[in-house]
Amino acid sequence: MATSPQTSLRSPLGRVRGLGSAKEGTHHWWAQRVTAVALIPITAWIVYSLLSLAGGDYIDYLGWVRNPVNSTLIILLVAVGFHHAQLGLQVVIEDYVSGHALRVVSVLAVKLLCAALAALCIVSVLIVAFGG
Amino acid sequence: MASATKPHSRPLSPHLQVYRLPLTAILSITHRITGIGLSLGLLLLTWWLVAGAYGQGPYETFQTVLTSWFGQLVLFGFSVALYFHLCNGIRHLFWDAGKGFEIGATQRANLIVLAAATVLTVLTWLLAI
Ligand code: HEM
Repeated sequence: MATSPQTSLRSPLGRVRGLGSAKEGTHHWWAQRVTAVALIPITAWIVYSLLSLAGGDYIDYLGWVRNPVNSTLIILLVAVGFHHAQLGLQVVIEDYVSGHALRVVSVLAVKLLCAALAALCIVSVLIVAFGG
Repeated sequence: MASATKPHSRPLSPHLQVYRLPLTAILSITHRITGIGLSLGLLLLTWWLVAGAYGQGPYETFQTVLTSWFGQLVLFGFSVALYFHLCNGIRHLFWDAGKGFEIGATQRANLIVLAAATVLTVLTWLLAI
Protein backbone atom coordinates (compact mmCIF):
# COMPACT_ATOMS: atom_id res chain seq x y z
CA MET A 1 0.00 0.00 0.00
CA ALA A 2 1.40 3.35 -1.01
CA THR A 3 1.89 5.71 1.88
CA SER A 4 0.47 9.14 1.50
CA PRO A 5 3.07 11.91 1.61
CA GLN A 6 0.92 13.65 4.21
CA THR A 7 0.69 11.44 7.31
CA SER A 8 -0.87 14.05 9.56
CA LEU A 9 -4.08 16.01 9.40
CA ARG A 10 -2.16 19.22 9.92
CA SER A 11 -1.21 21.12 6.82
CA PRO A 12 2.50 21.26 5.93
CA LEU A 13 2.41 25.02 6.46
CA GLY A 14 0.97 24.55 9.95
CA ARG A 15 3.74 22.11 10.81
CA VAL A 16 6.47 24.38 9.49
CA ARG A 17 5.17 27.24 11.59
CA GLY A 18 4.96 24.99 14.64
CA LEU A 19 1.54 26.33 15.57
CA GLY A 20 -0.35 24.26 18.08
CA SER A 21 2.73 22.45 19.30
CA ALA A 22 2.68 21.47 22.97
CA LYS A 23 6.46 21.28 23.30
CA GLU A 24 6.84 24.86 24.51
CA GLY A 25 3.84 24.57 26.82
CA THR A 26 5.18 21.77 28.98
CA HIS A 27 8.51 23.48 29.32
CA HIS A 28 6.81 26.72 30.39
CA TRP A 29 4.62 24.90 32.91
CA TRP A 30 7.57 23.02 34.37
CA ALA A 31 9.74 26.14 34.62
CA GLN A 32 6.95 27.91 36.50
CA ARG A 33 6.91 25.06 39.07
CA VAL A 34 10.70 24.83 39.40
CA THR A 35 11.01 28.57 40.00
CA ALA A 36 8.11 28.41 42.48
CA VAL A 37 9.83 25.71 44.53
CA ALA A 38 13.13 27.62 44.45
CA LEU A 39 11.38 30.78 45.62
CA ILE A 40 10.10 29.16 48.84
CA PRO A 41 13.47 29.06 50.71
CA ILE A 42 14.66 32.27 49.01
CA THR A 43 11.56 34.09 50.26
CA ALA A 44 12.18 32.90 53.81
CA TRP A 45 15.76 34.15 53.58
CA ILE A 46 14.91 37.60 52.16
CA VAL A 47 12.23 38.20 54.80
CA TYR A 48 14.72 37.28 57.52
CA SER A 49 17.35 39.57 55.94
CA LEU A 50 15.00 42.53 55.50
CA LEU A 51 13.94 42.23 59.14
CA SER A 52 17.58 42.30 60.23
CA LEU A 53 18.30 45.29 57.93
CA ALA A 54 15.21 47.29 58.98
CA GLY A 55 16.26 50.39 60.88
CA GLY A 56 19.83 50.04 59.68
CA ASP A 57 21.75 52.60 57.60
CA TYR A 58 23.72 52.54 54.35
CA ILE A 59 26.84 51.15 56.04
CA ASP A 60 24.80 48.23 57.35
CA TYR A 61 23.54 47.61 53.82
CA LEU A 62 27.08 47.64 52.39
CA GLY A 63 28.22 45.16 55.00
CA TRP A 64 25.26 42.93 54.26
CA VAL A 65 25.71 42.87 50.46
CA ARG A 66 29.47 42.31 50.77
CA ASN A 67 28.87 39.05 52.60
CA PRO A 68 29.27 36.55 49.71
CA VAL A 69 26.40 34.37 50.87
CA ASN A 70 24.08 37.38 50.83
CA SER A 71 25.23 38.68 47.43
CA THR A 72 24.80 35.20 45.96
CA LEU A 73 21.32 34.76 47.40
CA ILE A 74 20.13 38.22 46.36
CA ILE A 75 21.29 37.54 42.80
CA LEU A 76 19.46 34.21 42.89
CA LEU A 77 16.32 35.98 44.16
CA VAL A 78 16.53 38.49 41.31
CA ALA A 79 17.16 35.87 38.61
CA VAL A 80 14.57 33.33 39.80
CA GLY A 81 12.01 35.98 40.83
CA PHE A 82 12.02 37.84 37.52
CA HIS A 83 11.98 34.57 35.59
CA HIS A 84 8.96 33.33 37.57
CA ALA A 85 7.21 36.70 37.17
CA GLN A 86 7.84 36.78 33.44
CA LEU A 87 6.49 33.23 32.97
CA GLY A 88 3.42 34.06 35.08
CA LEU A 89 2.67 37.39 33.40
CA GLN A 90 2.89 35.67 30.01
CA VAL A 91 0.04 33.34 31.02
CA VAL A 92 -2.03 36.27 32.26
CA ILE A 93 -1.49 38.19 29.00
CA GLU A 94 -2.30 35.14 26.89
CA ASP A 95 -5.55 34.72 28.83
CA TYR A 96 -6.80 38.29 28.42
CA VAL A 97 -5.24 39.81 25.29
CA SER A 98 -7.02 38.34 22.28
CA GLY A 99 -5.54 40.19 19.32
CA HIS A 100 -2.69 38.11 17.91
CA ALA A 101 -0.26 40.97 17.20
CA LEU A 102 -0.96 42.81 20.45
CA ARG A 103 -0.55 39.59 22.42
CA VAL A 104 2.82 38.79 20.89
CA VAL A 105 4.03 42.35 21.39
CA SER A 106 2.87 42.45 25.05
CA VAL A 107 4.48 39.14 25.93
CA LEU A 108 7.69 40.20 24.24
CA ALA A 109 7.68 43.56 26.03
CA VAL A 110 7.21 41.89 29.43
CA LYS A 111 10.02 39.42 28.75
CA LEU A 112 12.45 42.12 27.61
CA LEU A 113 11.57 44.39 30.52
CA CYS A 114 12.03 41.58 33.06
CA ALA A 115 15.38 40.62 31.53
CA ALA A 116 16.59 44.24 31.53
CA LEU A 117 15.51 44.91 35.12
CA ALA A 118 17.07 41.64 36.31
CA ALA A 119 20.36 42.60 34.64
CA LEU A 120 20.21 46.05 36.24
CA CYS A 121 19.65 44.52 39.68
CA ILE A 122 22.47 42.01 39.31
CA VAL A 123 24.96 44.62 38.08
CA SER A 124 23.96 46.87 41.01
CA VAL A 125 24.61 44.10 43.52
CA LEU A 126 27.96 43.25 41.93
CA ILE A 127 29.09 46.90 42.00
CA VAL A 128 28.48 47.04 45.74
CA ALA A 129 29.81 43.54 46.37
CA PHE A 130 33.09 44.29 44.62
CA GLY A 131 33.37 47.58 46.47
CA GLY A 132 32.68 50.11 43.70
CA MET B 1 -47.97 20.81 34.18
CA ALA B 2 -44.40 21.51 35.01
CA SER B 3 -44.40 18.90 37.79
CA ALA B 4 -45.25 16.18 35.32
CA THR B 5 -42.22 16.81 33.15
CA LYS B 6 -39.87 17.84 35.94
CA PRO B 7 -39.90 15.25 38.74
CA HIS B 8 -36.86 16.64 40.58
CA SER B 9 -36.19 20.30 41.25
CA ARG B 10 -32.73 20.39 39.84
CA PRO B 11 -30.54 23.48 40.17
CA LEU B 12 -30.66 25.80 37.19
CA SER B 13 -27.81 27.97 35.94
CA PRO B 14 -26.55 30.37 38.59
CA HIS B 15 -28.67 33.45 38.83
CA LEU B 16 -26.07 36.14 38.28
CA GLN B 17 -27.50 38.62 40.76
CA VAL B 18 -27.58 36.20 43.67
CA TYR B 19 -24.64 33.99 42.72
CA ARG B 20 -21.73 34.13 45.12
CA LEU B 21 -18.30 32.89 44.04
CA PRO B 22 -17.17 29.85 46.05
CA LEU B 23 -14.21 30.54 48.34
CA THR B 24 -12.01 28.31 46.17
CA ALA B 25 -12.74 30.51 43.15
CA ILE B 26 -12.01 33.67 45.13
CA LEU B 27 -8.65 32.29 46.25
CA SER B 28 -7.88 31.28 42.68
CA ILE B 29 -8.34 34.77 41.24
CA THR B 30 -6.53 36.20 44.28
CA HIS B 31 -3.50 34.08 43.40
CA ARG B 32 -3.42 35.75 40.00
CA ILE B 33 -3.96 39.27 41.40
CA THR B 34 -1.21 38.81 44.00
CA GLY B 35 1.10 37.41 41.31
CA ILE B 36 0.64 40.61 39.31
CA GLY B 37 1.09 42.70 42.46
CA LEU B 38 4.30 40.90 43.37
CA SER B 39 5.60 41.47 39.84
CA LEU B 40 5.05 45.20 40.34
CA GLY B 41 6.75 44.81 43.72
CA LEU B 42 9.88 43.65 41.91
CA LEU B 43 10.19 47.30 40.79
CA LEU B 44 10.59 48.17 44.48
CA LEU B 45 13.33 45.55 44.82
CA THR B 46 15.00 47.03 41.75
CA TRP B 47 14.86 50.56 43.17
CA TRP B 48 16.40 49.34 46.45
CA LEU B 49 19.34 47.53 44.80
CA VAL B 50 20.01 50.29 42.25
CA ALA B 51 19.90 52.96 44.98
CA GLY B 52 22.41 50.86 46.91
CA ALA B 53 24.80 50.97 43.96
CA TYR B 54 24.36 54.73 43.44
CA GLY B 55 25.46 55.53 46.98
CA GLN B 56 24.37 56.87 50.34
CA GLY B 57 22.15 59.75 49.12
CA PRO B 58 19.92 57.68 46.81
CA TYR B 59 19.84 54.87 49.39
CA GLU B 60 18.58 57.25 52.09
CA THR B 61 15.98 58.70 49.72
CA PHE B 62 14.68 55.17 49.20
CA GLN B 63 14.61 54.59 52.96
CA THR B 64 12.76 57.86 53.56
CA VAL B 65 10.06 56.94 51.04
CA LEU B 66 9.76 53.39 52.35
CA THR B 67 9.44 54.43 55.99
CA SER B 68 6.81 57.11 55.24
CA TRP B 69 3.22 56.12 56.02
CA PHE B 70 2.56 55.56 52.34
CA GLY B 71 5.68 53.46 51.94
CA GLN B 72 4.71 51.37 54.95
CA LEU B 73 1.23 50.87 53.51
CA VAL B 74 2.69 49.65 50.22
CA LEU B 75 5.10 47.40 52.10
CA PHE B 76 2.26 45.99 54.18
CA GLY B 77 0.24 45.23 51.05
CA PHE B 78 3.30 43.64 49.52
CA SER B 79 3.77 41.40 52.56
CA VAL B 80 0.14 40.28 52.50
CA ALA B 81 0.38 39.50 48.78
CA LEU B 82 3.66 37.66 49.22
CA TYR B 83 2.44 35.45 52.05
CA PHE B 84 -0.87 34.68 50.38
CA HIS B 85 0.83 33.84 47.07
CA LEU B 86 3.47 31.77 48.87
CA CYS B 87 0.96 29.71 50.88
CA ASN B 88 -1.47 29.29 48.01
CA GLY B 89 1.47 28.55 45.70
CA ILE B 90 2.49 25.66 47.95
CA ARG B 91 -1.08 24.31 47.78
CA HIS B 92 -0.84 24.66 43.97
CA LEU B 93 2.25 22.44 44.09
CA PHE B 94 0.26 19.83 46.06
CA TRP B 95 -2.44 19.98 43.38
CA ASP B 96 0.23 19.51 40.72
CA ALA B 97 1.32 16.37 42.57
CA GLY B 98 -2.28 15.14 42.27
CA LYS B 99 -3.14 15.67 45.94
CA GLY B 100 -5.98 17.52 47.62
CA PHE B 101 -8.72 17.50 44.97
CA GLU B 102 -11.53 16.15 47.18
CA ILE B 103 -14.10 18.80 48.08
CA GLY B 104 -13.41 18.45 51.80
CA ALA B 105 -9.65 18.70 51.32
CA THR B 106 -10.02 21.75 49.07
CA GLN B 107 -12.13 23.59 51.60
CA ARG B 108 -9.78 22.68 54.43
CA ALA B 109 -6.81 23.91 52.37
CA ASN B 110 -8.61 27.21 51.68
CA LEU B 111 -8.78 27.87 55.40
CA ILE B 112 -5.22 26.70 56.04
CA VAL B 113 -3.89 29.02 53.32
CA LEU B 114 -5.80 32.02 54.70
CA ALA B 115 -4.80 31.27 58.30
CA ALA B 116 -1.13 30.68 57.46
CA ALA B 117 -0.90 33.87 55.36
CA THR B 118 -2.50 35.88 58.17
CA VAL B 119 -0.26 34.43 60.89
CA LEU B 120 2.90 34.98 58.81
CA THR B 121 1.92 38.58 58.04
CA VAL B 122 1.15 39.43 61.67
CA LEU B 123 4.30 37.67 62.90
CA THR B 124 6.49 39.55 60.40
CA TRP B 125 5.12 42.95 61.37
CA LEU B 126 5.40 42.18 65.08
CA LEU B 127 9.08 41.45 64.46
CA ALA B 128 9.51 44.52 62.26
CA ILE B 129 8.05 47.07 64.66
C1 HEM C 1 9.00 37.21 43.48
C2 HEM C 1 7.83 36.87 43.93
C3 HEM C 1 6.75 36.30 43.01
C4 HEM C 1 6.19 36.86 41.89
C5 HEM C 1 6.52 38.21 41.28
C6 HEM C 1 5.22 35.90 41.38
C7 HEM C 1 4.42 36.10 40.26
C8 HEM C 1 3.55 35.19 39.74
C9 HEM C 1 2.67 35.40 38.63
C10 HEM C 1 2.52 36.71 37.85
C11 HEM C 1 1.98 34.25 38.41
C12 HEM C 1 0.93 34.00 37.33
C13 HEM C 1 -0.46 34.01 37.93
C14 HEM C 1 -1.47 33.35 37.06
O1 HEM C 1 -1.12 32.69 36.06
O2 HEM C 1 -2.66 33.46 37.37
C15 HEM C 1 2.45 33.28 39.35
C16 HEM C 1 2.00 31.97 39.41
C17 HEM C 1 2.45 31.04 40.34
N1 HEM C 1 3.24 31.29 41.44
FE1 HEM C 1 4.22 33.03 41.80
N2 HEM C 1 5.20 34.79 42.18
C18 HEM C 1 6.14 34.98 43.20
C19 HEM C 1 6.43 34.11 44.22
C20 HEM C 1 5.97 32.81 44.33
C21 HEM C 1 6.31 31.91 45.41
C22 HEM C 1 7.22 32.23 46.60
C23 HEM C 1 5.68 30.75 45.15
C24 HEM C 1 5.79 29.57 46.10
C25 HEM C 1 5.26 28.42 45.96
C26 HEM C 1 4.92 30.91 43.91
C27 HEM C 1 4.13 29.94 43.28
C28 HEM C 1 3.42 30.10 42.12
C29 HEM C 1 2.71 29.04 41.42
C30 HEM C 1 2.62 27.57 41.84
C31 HEM C 1 2.11 29.63 40.30
C32 HEM C 1 1.28 28.94 39.22
C33 HEM C 1 -0.18 29.06 39.53
C34 HEM C 1 -1.05 28.57 38.40
O3 HEM C 1 -0.64 27.69 37.64
O4 HEM C 1 -2.17 29.08 38.28
N3 HEM C 1 5.11 32.19 43.45
N4 HEM C 1 3.39 33.88 40.18
